[in-house]
Amino acid sequence: MSADRMTHLRRLEAESIFIIREVAAEFKNPVMLYSIGKDSAVMLHLAAKAFYPSKPPFPLMHIDTTWKFREMIAFRDRMARELGFDLIVHSNQAGLAQGINPFDHGSSLYTNVMKTEALKEALTLHGFDAAFGGARRDEEKSRAKERVFSFRTQSHAWDPKSQRPELWNLYNTRVKPGESIRVFPLSNWTELDIWQYILAERIPIVPLYFAAQRPVVWRGGQMIMVDDARMPLHPGETPEMRQVRFRTLGCYPLTAAIDSDATTLEDIVREMLIARTSERAGRLIDHDEAASMEMKKREGYF
Amino acid sequence: MNALAEAANVADYLSQQEHKSLLRFLTCGSVDDGKSTLIGRLLYDTKLLFEDQLATLSSDSRKYGTAGEDLDFALLVDGLAAEREQGITIDVAYRFFATDRRKFIVADTPGHEQYTRNMATGASNSDLAVILVDARQGILTQTRRHSFIASLLGIRHVVLAVNKIDLVGYSQEAFDKIVAEYRAFARDLKFESFLAVPLSARFGDNMLKRSEHTPWYTGPTLVEHLETVAVEDDALARPFRLPVQWVNRPNLDFRGFSGTVASGTVRPGDAIAVAASGRTSRVRSIVTKDGNLRQAQAGEAVTLVLEDEVDISRGDIIAAADERPEVSDQFAAHVIWMQDEPLLPGRPYLIKIGTRTVSASITAIKHKVDVNSFEQQPADRLALNEVGVVHLATQHPIAFDPFDRNPQTGAFIVIDRMSNLTVGAGMIEAGLRRATNIHWQALEVSKASRADLKQQKPVVLWFTGLSGSGKSTVANLVEKKLQSLARHTYLLDGDNIRHGLSRDLGFSEADRVENIRRVGQVAKLFVDAGVIVIASLISPFRAERQLAREMVEEGEFIEVFMDTPLAIAEARDPKGLYKRAREGEIRNFTGIDSPYEAPEAPEIHLHGAERTAEEMAEDIVAYLAGHGYLEARHTDVWSEGIGI
Repeated sequence: MSADRMTHLRRLEAESIFIIREVAAEFKNPVMLYSIGKDSAVMLHLAAKAFYPSKPPFPLMHIDTTWKFREMIAFRDRMARELGFDLIVHSNQAGLAQGINPFDHGSSLYTNVMKTEALKEALTLHGFDAAFGGARRDEEKSRAKERVFSFRTQSHAWDPKSQRPELWNLYNTRVKPGESIRVFPLSNWTELDIWQYILAERIPIVPLYFAAQRPVVWRGGQMIMVDDARMPLHPGETPEMRQVRFRTLGCYPLTAAIDSDATTLEDIVREMLIARTSERAGRLIDHDEAASMEMKKREGYF
Repeated sequence: MNALAEAANVADYLSQQEHKSLLRFLTCGSVDDGKSTLIGRLLYDTKLLFEDQLATLSSDSRKYGTAGEDLDFALLVDGLAAEREQGITIDVAYRFFATDRRKFIVADTPGHEQYTRNMATGASNSDLAVILVDARQGILTQTRRHSFIASLLGIRHVVLAVNKIDLVGYSQEAFDKIVAEYRAFARDLKFESFLAVPLSARFGDNMLKRSEHTPWYTGPTLVEHLETVAVEDDALARPFRLPVQWVNRPNLDFRGFSGTVASGTVRPGDAIAVAASGRTSRVRSIVTKDGNLRQAQAGEAVTLVLEDEVDISRGDIIAAADERPEVSDQFAAHVIWMQDEPLLPGRPYLIKIGTRTVSASITAIKHKVDVNSFEQQPADRLALNEVGVVHLATQHPIAFDPFDRNPQTGAFIVIDRMSNLTVGAGMIEAGLRRATNIHWQALEVSKASRADLKQQKPVVLWFTGLSGSGKSTVANLVEKKLQSLARHTYLLDGDNIRHGLSRDLGFSEADRVENIRRVGQVAKLFVDAGVIVIASLISPFRAERQLAREMVEEGEFIEVFMDTPLAIAEARDPKGLYKRAREGEIRNFTGIDSPYEAPEAPEIHLHGAERTAEEMAEDIVAYLAGHGYLEARHTDVWSEGIGI
């Protein structure tokens, strides 16, 4: 046997494809959650590879809080079209009717209603028994503890204290009616792996990841982009144009920009390699309390 | 990342990263031996912590820390709220770090015996185990248990980290004593490489840098060893195996078999065989979205297209034609039990092996292994966290390799059919019977021909319900009515069976399972003889009734649930048993101090409080007539093979 050893990225790719195929083969009604960010982009790319020459046998679903960056929505529609996925877009109509927004209701309530509740509502509505998410274990402490196949009760709750054992690559996919599994095919990827793979495979990503002149204001020590006219400006606050980009993408009022001159993928990787803060630092929702992510996950958030 | 400054550009740096090898390891050992602290220290020393993470760590250390004024590194990995509050590790955490020479994924696993299954979860995907020992405590039961489980799960490389060496005054004597004791018991655990390191995770001694406090230690530091230890994967050298995950059929012109190569390599033109059916073909092409491959090797996810139309579905193994896996429906295997409810012989479970899930039952427990002495002991059950060698039988023959020869095709998990939980991990030692593809000798006189004589279809009417619910009364009436219709029946009554067939059994859980197995087997023989069997047993557990159901074929088992409220059954108390149970004379009495698990979807559901026995018996006979059981098979649309 003189075969070359598989490289690190090839191994990660193969592991993810195995996981994605296992879901398609064993669940009745799976869905791929699409958040439009870089991890989702990689996950979509892997799904297309997993079933070639067939198309992936499940739809994409985006939980739209209606507060995403405009460029994200345009990109989402383009990608679904180009890759031939069915796209389901779901928003919490009750939340919209009550006018729940990140400015007046605080990030915690807003996230709960427009993301967590919306997601649970959509999963129940369509009866999905498995949902792919792009979360990675290197992102955050409670995610580092989560299984690749993560069981959810009928009320979509995660119980971190009694997770099913998960041995080898023998994933237990059995659920009763109403129960479901969240599946994380990128569990073992790091942020560096993601960027390296995007670079190697030339995977399209939302332009917001690249530095450009954008209107921002300073709030609580973070730079927030004024993406549309719905953002109320505080007295004395004037948006200034700065050369910025985003390390992660979410709802624009809750996603902080960083100063950057990185306009190519190579620039982004270089910048990441010398960065001294972790990517989730740009996510305002994680700072709410110590075990913030775990709380959200227990309630049904990804 | 310091290497980046030196690398001429990003592309060069990434290319270096891409070609680093990966080591997956776990940390294990007893509670408070410092596993989480060790990993936290590794992350800190390899400069993988970001500023905001350090800020969080220092605020958390003040809040929950156990290291006084210092940073409490364990808080970096103990990510769950419950873990931080209790200062323990409950579940495995995965962490990622890299040095200039290697990338690492480390699984930090819990030390409490209670969470052994989470340790096994971390171990199953690791190449190496770092087993920690507190220098003050020495070798403990958990040290032995974790070493044993790591060995069973196929780990061949071990580091014994003698931690908190600062707390024994950096004593060589203490260190040597622990190492000698470890070597003595680990002799039989098949480890290929072994290193013992004296260290202090809290202060960093012999972690990255050699400690000035242990001049007597001349071996490598922990990180030096992890960077250089050779853990060659043998998967490439083994025969070709590809468990089929998904049949890829986008249109009529393309039929491919998608899966990940479990071992070996495959090239177009290679002769292959489908392991279970024995059918052979050749590989026409290896398809991926990035183009067809000239070769695929262990670990690669591909889609194979074959030269011939061969019947292959998910769960089959495509294998090298000249080196095929074994095929059997009976095995000897090591099992690690992971569930509060014990493993009992006779219970039906599911096992998942490769991409195949089949019904299976444990036919015998050969022995269990004492984790302290590694002695083999007789056992009639395996309790939580126990390890034993069992015999198991699967409903269909399956393809496999012994775990020792090929872990990818020799490992399985055990799933409870009712709760769907993963309750065990198994490693096949050997097949017990070579399954052939010759079918049973077809008998000229068959079940169907016997039943035809009686103008009926054989079936088991399985009455379940509380004592005093009216099972026997209704069962008797049903038998009388069927006899008056000239149908051939036989009644198996739970109480009567206890006087004869199961006279040697008591009421322990294991005995109850065995009782049901015997009744089920007898019922099966009667069904084979063409008879309508009426079985009347309390049979309080769903799993047991499922066991009886699976002994006969689909459509041959009708569960009759006598749903009479406990208060009414107790008021009737025909044998005075409830009274005695209430007075504590009888133990494990269903409904009093032992649970009754009601059927979830019985074929016939009778409400004993609302209707007379006569009415209920009529209902059952009507059900049998309405479902074609009181006719010969010729009018039967679902029976096989009758083409008139």
